Amino acid sequence: MDETTGSFRKEVGARAEPERLPVAVSGLTKRYGSVTAVDHVSFTVEAGTTVALLGGNGAGKTTTIAMLLGLVMPTAGEVRVFGADMSRNRYDVAQRMNFQSPYVDLPARLTVKQNLTVYAGLYGIANAAERIACVADDLQIATLLDRPTGKLSAGQKTRVGLAKALLNAPDLLLLDEPTASLDPDTADWIRHKLKDYARSRRATLLLASHNMAEVERLADRVILLQAGRIIEDETPKALIASYGRETLEDVFLDVVRGRTRDTEEGAAPEVAKAS
Amino acid sequence: MTEHHAIKDVEPVLLPPAGLHASLRRMAALVRRYTYLLRSSGVRLVELIYWPFLQMLTWGFLQKYLAGTQNPYAQAAGVLIGSVLLWDILFRSKIGFSTTFIEEMWSRNLGNLLTSPLRPYELVAALSLWSIIRLGVSMVPVAIAAFFIFGFNLLDLGLALAAFFCVLVLTSWSLGLISAGVILRYGLGAEELAWSLAFLLLPFCCVYYPVSVLPHWLQPVALALPPTHVFEGMRSILLHNTFDAMDLWWALGLNAIYLAVGYVTFSWFLGSARVNGTLLQLGE
Repeated sequence: MDETTGSFRKEVGARAEPERLPVAVSGLTKRYGSVTAVDHVSFTVEAGTTVALLGGNGAGKTTTIAMLLGLVMPTAGEVRVFGADMSRNRYDVAQRMNFQSPYVDLPARLTVKQNLTVYAGLYGIANAAERIACVADDLQIATLLDRPTGKLSAGQKTRVGLAKALLNAPDLLLLDEPTASLDPDTADWIRHKLKDYARSRRATLLLASHNMAEVERLADRVILLQAGRIIEDETPKALIASYGRETLEDVFLDVVRGRTRDTEEGAAPEVAKAS
Repeated sequence: MTEHHAIKDVEPVLLPPAGLHASLRRMAALVRRYTYLLRSSGVRLVELIYWPFLQMLTWGFLQKYLAGTQNPYAQAAGVLIGSVLLWDILFRSKIGFSTTFIEEMWSRNLGNLLTSPLRPYELVAALSLWSIIRLGVSMVPVAIAAFFIFGFNLLDLGLALAAFFCVLVLTSWSLGLISAGVILRYGLGAEELAWSLAFLLLPFCCVYYPVSVLPHWLQPVALALPPTHVFEGMRSILLHNTFDAMDLWWALGLNAIYLAVGYVTFSWFLGSARVNGTLLQLGE
């Protein structure tokens, strides 16, 4: 606590409660009627690591992230973020988190600067103007600040969304398809920025993605989901090795097509009958 | 994209997230967001005044016509215009609350708001505050126009006007909370409710006629609605120069119940939307 200003000043690498895991998910289940979107999922995420949730459409990635954010209530199980039960005490940690998703937008009629100013107010950022200028400079959106958000290109919108997500310098950043619909150059640039952010602040990143190159580049660990269940939880390298493949994309295709990790190298993988 | 390094790294100074000051700060941030939105479109600003102005003109000319007849009620100065202006306070405040909320869904911004430190009661308080600001922008010019065009001075209602205003605005918030809750739960398909819910009250809260006109069995229903007491009170002042303050206390008491019901309904639908996962699909 800064005694002169009465405010909490964040310091790079510092954590108020280092003993509490950024994410601890236990027995997490979400059912919509007869459909089970997430089925008894348990995992933890260590501070300063980047974990990717990988899976096909309907695997339960977005629902898991939504439960981590408190947007969706679990049917069973528990989500703890920095020790806070997200079903009951979400607001204890809301200021330490942020998220970006292509499924939400910032108001189109407001300028970029206006949007960022509003969110600086919501996240309780005392030095809003300076922080916005800094994030805008870092994400190369300074020239866009006075433009209506709705008039930006997809790549520009993604950078603005990321600026909103980084305004409060979150200890935990949740990203749903962070580079969806971006050209390879912009997507690569965004990944570079995310990696920089995670490394420089020892921040924790949890991302859901279909993009295998992205996951290989960013993630320390991959959690593979299928039909709402965790079927693999490894480092990208270990996962690729255990499937005897060369890329994570090959592993992903094996998994979604029901091939097992015991397939002999070089042989045509056998498709599981159940699929 | 080119490689680039920030000129100067500025750390965010995060203020304490809990407490009254934090709540007020978040509410102010939302009101600022709504102000930006209103300022961004001249058409929206004009539209705020356009409809109540047209209403006032239509009913004002009707009033002028009826004043030339032998009907003593019609001859009473400003009853119709007063009814229109007071009804518009209720209707515009309700619309201000609901459309501002729907705006968040249209712009697919609700997910951002609901994952921020903003509490639901702060969202509701900001919407309520904004509905009053919008009402001021909308009704003050129209009330002034009514004075200059028809010689009707809303301030003739005296102190009672402040009480009428409170009753009507509180009722509008109750209705706004219910419609916002239903839209949260059922999505933009239920948007029509935001526009039509206030009209459900129109026949029963006796805007243009006294309660005695209603069938006996319907009168208790009318009296259970806070706005009925406002319109009865307004007629009493303008026609008989009398005013029963107890009537307004009764209306304020009813409002407290309706507001509580509105907030519980909103919270229940918000909880239900979290359970059903509809917050994920909003605006898509």
